[in-house]
Amino acid sequence: MSDVMARTKTIELLVLRYRPLSDSEPVFATYQVPYSDDMSVLQALQSIKDTQDGTLSFRWSCRMAICGSCGMMINGDPSLACNTFIRDLAPHPVTIEPLRNFPIERDLVVTVGDFVKKIESIYPYIIPKAPKSIEDGEYLQTPAQMAAYESFSDCINCMLCYAACPQFGANPDFIGPGAMALLQRYNGDSRDGGQQARLDRIAGEDGVWSCTAVGVCSEVCPKQVDPANAINQNKTKSAFDFFLRFLRPGARP
Amino acid sequence: MEHFDADILILGAGGAGLRAAIAAAQSAPELTIALVSKVYPMRSHTVAAEGGSAGVVQSHDSLEDHFHDTVAGGDWLCEQDVVDYFVSRCAPEMVQLEHWGCPWSRKPDGHINVRAFGGMKIERTWFAADRSGFHILHTLFQTSIQFPSIRRFDEYFCVDLLTDDGRVQGAVMLSMSTGEFTAIHAPAIVIATGGAGRVYSQNTNGGIVTGDGMALAYRHGVPLRDMEFVQYHPTCMPGTGLLFTEACRGEGAFLLNKHGDRYLRDYGLGPAEPQPRNKFMELGPRDRLSQAFWHEERKGNTVTTPQGETVLLDLRHLGRAKIKERLPLISEMAEQFMGIDPAVAPIPVRPAVHYTMGGILVDINTASPLAGLFAAGECSSVGIHGANRLGSNSLAELSVFGRVAGEQAVAFAKAAGPARRSTQADAVEAKALALLHQKGEGERHAALRAEMAASMEKGCGIYRLSPEMRETCDTLAWLKRRLANVTLEDKSRAWNTDWVTAMELGFQLDVALAMAHSAEARTESRGAHQRLDGFEQRDDARFLRHSLAHYQGAAAPTIDYMPVKITRSPPGQRAYGALGEQEEAAREQTANQDTAHV
Repeated sequence: MSDVMARTKTIELLVLRYRPLSDSEPVFATYQVPYSDDMSVLQALQSIKDTQDGTLSFRWSCRMAICGSCGMMINGDPSLACNTFIRDLAPHPVTIEPLRNFPIERDLVVTVGDFVKKIESIYPYIIPKAPKSIEDGEYLQTPAQMAAYESFSDCINCMLCYAACPQFGANPDFIGPGAMALLQRYNGDSRDGGQQARLDRIAGEDGVWSCTAVGVCSEVCPKQVDPANAINQNKTKSAFDFFLRFLRPGARP
Repeated sequence: MEHFDADILILGAGGAGLRAAIAAAQSAPELTIALVSKVYPMRSHTVAAEGGSAGVVQSHDSLEDHFHDTVAGGDWLCEQDVVDYFVSRCAPEMVQLEHWGCPWSRKPDGHINVRAFGGMKIERTWFAADRSGFHILHTLFQTSIQFPSIRRFDEYFCVDLLTDDGRVQGAVMLSMSTGEFTAIHAPAIVIATGGAGRVYSQNTNGGIVTGDGMALAYRHGVPLRDMEFVQYHPTCMPGTGLLFTEACRGEGAFLLNKHGDRYLRDYGLGPAEPQPRNKFMELGPRDRLSQAFWHEERKGNTVTTPQGETVLLDLRHLGRAKIKERLPLISEMAEQFMGIDPAVAPIPVRPAVHYTMGGILVDINTASPLAGLFAAGECSSVGIHGANRLGSNSLAELSVFGRVAGEQAVAFAKAAGPARRSTQADAVEAKALALLHQKGEGERHAALRAEMAASMEKGCGIYRLSPEMRETCDTLAWLKRRLANVTLEDKSRAWNTDWVTAMELGFQLDVALAMAHSAEARTESRGAHQRLDGFEQRDDARFLRHSLAHYQGAAAPTIDYMPVKITRSPPGQRAYGALGEQEEAAREQTANQDTAHV
């Protein structure tokens, strides 16, 4: 946090507070925070915690939009607090709420466990198409082969896309955009041979077909991962796969 | 309190902890591995490493060159047998990560590409654009999911270790979500909790980098080695300290002062040539570049910004296409945080604390002197970094030694049998709860944290003076007494980050005390430890030794020394630029003569 730059202006922050044992429901608390033009929303929250109210809880770590910890709703939009700047929101009061569509554990802290279980469920690792020993060196991948999956590997698991997704809001069991992007990251990788297992995983009613192609997941993604594109690719593949099953001996759709 | 029995307990699920967990699961699938982290694994600070990871692959490169760059880069304070092992294992580990899916950047023919890095004679840094740590971490985390014997405890904060009968027996965790305690009993523990850069105010580190594991081992009698060596990375964002990777310079960026001069030529790193040349100028080592900034600031050659003094990192001549391909993350940071398009304007940068070279004393097998306790990654001192780490050696380290730690922990757990349960865990819980409820004197611990960080910058910065180090030692001791009398505002149990950060501050103060006392005791200058009070030279006669800081409770740590393992590289002059080239030629000539004699 910059202590060098003078904080001459003040911003009003309305932060949704919730303590599970003492509060019957979440309520907004209001804080006045002195700020300078380089201050992020995360730094404003840190300033509240360090100097005004030590009971405010929120997750953060890297401060540079790569660890994915500080996703929250800022003025109603799913955002990372670390790369959202007060200068772009002032002088109006700023509302800060926990990520939408997730259970609140405390203040701005939501439950992450279900999202991680979804990631775990789609076999998010290389299932080698042609196993190779270390001594045989690396698999070759041309720039075109890398381009088929590389952007999907940039997902930081910040869950902003889940907060934006109306389908996930309506059905918490929906596999959701982030996990679908990760699925496509592996299914699109030339080293991988696990496509069928992953397609089977998303063929059900909580899988790829739950998506109604609203596309807001890609709009809010801070890393241009484009999960909507991953879902579309898999709708095509899943449909194709569905019909192929009729042709496989002994297979049932 | 909950109890959980495991064979191996791993504290920390960043690169080193995950690599250890996978190695243990692969070598002994029948053992139960408890993998504990105070954050979800993909939030670990490995995620923020940008530039890449070392591993010799090019035909004109050699393990010998990687060895020599590392040993000389560490100003001869490296364990040379460990460096030999390390350099031989780097490339196979990078291939392993590739097999697990790490999206390393490639050449057009599909082979792995490598880039230049500071202090490295030949290009040997494997990279995934400028998100190398991010991709390594996610690859390891996702790979770990296929092993059912790895039982994760996400968002569990380790409060203390359990030791008995001269060995470790487990540890006590606080579930951050519930505020309840869990004792995990295990005969072997791997500490992989990362560094401690947050003890300084301007640093590149995430908020979680608070030296927890270092302090846990230290409080149980394990020495912290070489803690005076703290790396300032030369190109960081003023104010926040966020990192602009060394890969910027590896790709050809220049460092300019306010006159537009490539000032590094004035600090024994020249000549300045238009193309980046390995081990010259901008591709010198981090300690030398940060020291050069210090001098430029005092000469009045720096650029003043609202966030303080800076020099300029100029990428403009690389062109927009190359910047976007090789350095997308730092371009995004420059644009979002500073409003600068690096293809159009240079980025103001300054040094900030980045890495702790020292750490938990371990041998080549990652074993600490405390039976059953292993450590790997930044929290450890296995001996490869010496007095100054070379960029891209730490990502390689977490893979190479994370794996060793996992395998060694397996061997130890199998030989030792189950851990012994004791009543110590209840005492640990009671102590943590006492902090939560203590009446105190009304002081906030956040104020103490800021004082600690400012004092470390002043006393243990790029250049050091005895009176200032002394003052920092005193300030830290005073802060430690005040921490015993703080009052927590939050008395609740669920997600009480007021409580957790107070415990982290306790860890940080112990680690900072080890750094400051080790620094004051080393009356010479070497690598990242530079003095201006009559000890400006390296003094091999007295200080070609590792420092060891020993915990003494409320009293100041005691400092003693152990020898450095020199196998075949006797201490020489550490030089870069034209002089370095001469030194290198002389060394190779001697080596060739030796070979001719055989």
